[in-house]
Amino acid sequence: MSYLEYQVKYVPSGFRKLMYLNWPVVFLITAVSGFGFLMLYSVAGGSMDPWVTAQSQRFGLGMAVMMIMALIPIWFWRNMAVVAYVVALLLLVAVEFVGVERNGSQRWIDLGPMDLQPSELMKIALIMLLAAYYDWLPLKKVSRPLWIIIPLLFIAAPAYLVLSQPDLGTTILLVTGGGAIMFLAGVHWAYFATVIAGGVGLVTAVFQTRGTPWQILQDYQYRRIDTFLDPTQDPLGAGYHITQAKIALGSGGWTGRGYMQGTQSRLNFLPEKHTDFIFTTLAEEFGFVGAFGLLVLYALIIIFCVMSAITNKDRFASLVTMGVAVTFFLFFAVNMAMVMGLAPVVGVPLPLVSYGGSAMLVLMVAFGLVQSAHVHKPR
Amino acid sequence: MKRGPKETAESARRLSRRAVLLGTAQLGLVGVLGARMATLQVDQADEFRMLAEENRINIGLIPPARGLIYDINGVVLADNEQHYTITMTREGAGDVDEVLARLNRLIAIDPEQLEKAREELKARSAFVPVTVAERVSWEDISRVTVNAPALPGVVAELGRSRHYPQGTDMAHVVGYVGPVSDFDLSRIDDQDPLLQIPRFQIGKTMVENNLERDLRGSAGTKRVEVNAAGRVMRELDRVEGTPGADVQLTVDARLQNYIQARLSGESAAAIVMDVTNGDLKGIGSAPTYDPNVFVQGISVALWDELNERDIDAKLHRRPLAAKTVQGTYPPGSTFKMVTALAALEDGQVTADETIRCVGHSDVFDVRFHCWKRSGHGNMDLNNSLKQSCDVYYYDIAQRVGIDKIAAMGRKLGLGERHDLPMSAVRSGIMPDKVWKQETRGEEWRVGDTVNASIGQGYVATSPLQLAVMTARIATGKAVKPRLVKSIGGVEQPSGEGESLGLNENNLRRIRRAMFDVVNNNRGTAYRSRIAEERFKMAGKTGTSQVRRITAEERERGVTRNEDLPWNRRDHALYVAFAPMDNPKYAVAVVVEHGGGGSTAAAPIARDVLLQALYEGTPPLEAYPSAMRGRIAEQQRRLSAMIRDIQPGRTADQA
Repeated sequence: MSYLEYQVKYVPSGFRKLMYLNWPVVFLITAVSGFGFLMLYSVAGGSMDPWVTAQSQRFGLGMAVMMIMALIPIWFWRNMAVVAYVVALLLLVAVEFVGVERNGSQRWIDLGPMDLQPSELMKIALIMLLAAYYDWLPLKKVSRPLWIIIPLLFIAAPAYLVLSQPDLGTTILLVTGGGAIMFLAGVHWAYFATVIAGGVGLVTAVFQTRGTPWQILQDYQYRRIDTFLDPTQDPLGAGYHITQAKIALGSGGWTGRGYMQGTQSRLNFLPEKHTDFIFTTLAEEFGFVGAFGLLVLYALIIIFCVMSAITNKDRFASLVTMGVAVTFFLFFAVNMAMVMGLAPVVGVPLPLVSYGGSAMLVLMVAFGLVQSAHVHKPR
Repeated sequence: MKRGPKETAESARRLSRRAVLLGTAQLGLVGVLGARMATLQVDQADEFRMLAEENRINIGLIPPARGLIYDINGVVLADNEQHYTITMTREGAGDVDEVLARLNRLIAIDPEQLEKAREELKARSAFVPVTVAERVSWEDISRVTVNAPALPGVVAELGRSRHYPQGTDMAHVVGYVGPVSDFDLSRIDDQDPLLQIPRFQIGKTMVENNLERDLRGSAGTKRVEVNAAGRVMRELDRVEGTPGADVQLTVDARLQNYIQARLSGESAAAIVMDVTNGDLKGIGSAPTYDPNVFVQGISVALWDELNERDIDAKLHRRPLAAKTVQGTYPPGSTFKMVTALAALEDGQVTADETIRCVGHSDVFDVRFHCWKRSGHGNMDLNNSLKQSCDVYYYDIAQRVGIDKIAAMGRKLGLGERHDLPMSAVRSGIMPDKVWKQETRGEEWRVGDTVNASIGQGYVATSPLQLAVMTARIATGKAVKPRLVKSIGGVEQPSGEGESLGLNENNLRRIRRAMFDVVNNNRGTAYRSRIAEERFKMAGKTGTSQVRRITAEERERGVTRNEDLPWNRRDHALYVAFAPMDNPKYAVAVVVEHGGGGSTAAAPIARDVLLQALYEGTPPLEAYPSAMRGRIAEQQRRLSAMIRDIQPGRTADQA
């Protein structure tokens, strides 16, 4: 299906497109990023360096990229889907060989002035490819096994590569995000029910056979799973961090300890406080009011994306918008659940707030797609 | 491929349905997250706030300054010396090896300490100061300070440690402090958090140990904010502790200095007591040791030396023992006053009754000898004491019986553990029938009484007890010894005592006889008399056997002390008080294996008494003219060991 087949009554042209942007989302993104700058300023001990300056420059760049992408018609992006996926996949393979290793995992490609993290690109490319795939696939074929295996392979290939880096957080994001698009595209309930039932069954089997002669895993593997699921069992390792994070959150109380007054973060009891654990500093210094406020901002972004998606009659646009929304949701939900002790620590940053160039740019690109979809809605 | 409008509409509817479903599910999960936030931040906020405070705040102890110890004239016996310690932090130094090398070129650091510091610098956090050199001299500190720019991270810190300016003189009285050990902690029931400070110094023995609670003071606290690595960020507040109480002893440092000098070379004890109030003016024991070596931890070699590890046990002189209170000896003839007083008070003998001494006395089938083989002839009380006739006492002791003798001994302070803040104060033995039954499970025999009558057999006394006995005979009052004059400015109870209830006539007879021991030309201590009329001395010699003399040896003639190995020689004892007319000081001297009391112990007692009475070196005129040459020579010899001790604070200020 080409753009000529769109039943378009009116599509804005030129810079008039800017008026049709999903402005609430733009404002919400800016607000959340502003929160991020505040927190980065705080954890740097009241200094623009080393994080705020760099982060705000990337945010400015990201905004520009988002605007430019918004002006480009959505069907162009659909046509780019396969290319983007193939490039991202090749880069992921390249990382295996020429990647830079940091903290025991090989995720980056050194591009001179900045490092490229191909797994970040893949988050978008996978959404685009799956959306394009289901846009192309007739509805009646959607639930046929053959046509299910193809998208599963699309998901499995990058997931395997990312997992081997190792980067469990991104793998979860890819698999769950991809699964969400399949669900949205209309794949039959039974498949999801089977997968969920199978997963639950497997987990049950693994744990039920523990201690019996026919247990599935080795004892040490069980112990690893134990500490992964409940870090407090390892109070000096991962448990220490999660305990300190909970203390920081809890000690914030209703209104927090005051901006730049959080003792947990100021005295370095918190790990990775400018990246994965930045939410704890925010919650400590701004309390429940601040933390819940950020959650509301995130929720509003999701709501506006969902609204944009369901009012969009273009299947690709709609699927991409929802895919971005789900991925974005997974970002902050996994991060918050992790620092609040609800989920294991898997290393997912808080979107738009955590310090990190690739993540920020990739999110802005993703929202560029959302904006493009919104602007070029069939009206 | 062309898609019909119907299919498009159907797919869009399904997508919208599922999008709404998914969106709703997401909002549901957002709700879960929000609820979790509320639980942590609202419901459990107080708990987590407390944990955060615990994280951030460390409570540190501020050790109080230990109380000082003074002598009766305000001379400092134990003070807190300031000393410098050089510490270094890894983060401050940067290149640790280079800075250490530079430091080592400036001041010579003990290689062992240097190696220890180097390892500790590697192991500890970068900001933890590590001690590089301890007790650094002022010159070295100046050198380090001047070169500070070349020595990043190096800091000179001021510390305090116990110092005993009187050195060896006061070791047996004041004792010493040392770092608290696990053994100390297991032994004492003390919840004071100060004891948890590593290497906190506590009193290990003597006054330092016995008055520990007063001297220590109480800890102050400071609350500091620390970061996750333990680095102190700032001090939040501080509560100063109370310094330990100062203690003033009754001891006179100058007299003590003389006593230790006079005793040096011997294995001996000498004690001077004020008979009017029980104050112990001098309480010397030889050999002695320097308590300062214990403060920072003593070397193994020195410890072995002080414990005489390499010396035959028979030759041990026990430098670590305070023989004044920890040593007990058969009192020998110095006990005869007790036997005599018991017999007089009981009316078993009158002062004028004479008893014939033929050199021995037979009790049933056992023959007890007098020290004079040929016998003393007819002896009355005065002569028996003056010439120290043994047979006289064998006789009267059998008349009065051991229980009354023991009762008199206890009345005079023997067999009693006098309450002094010293360590391992011995009670000695004042035996009676019950005592023997209880400890030996045997009947008391008449022979035991005979032995006890001249201070042999089971009788064991410490020099302190002998001094108390002498003071009580001199005053007729139950004087108690006192070592501590005041604690924290609070005067301690005086040792003055009530009357013992003894017949003054009997006491006077005994004192007169003791006077004659020294001042009558037939007295055993005549050669140690004092010439100065005002300070005439009364005393009693004692020579206590540490071995049994066999009949065979007695046949060929008792071996002279000089011909015996040191540890088989007799103990020499002497007790005295002076002046005779108005007694001021009682003195007791024991010279272990010194031979005869009259030759080894009495001269020491005389010199010490004169030193106390003149409050300094006595003039030669105080001595009989025949002795002045020898005394002058002795004074010259001792002057090398006598230090110029200036009185400090007056007693009123203490």
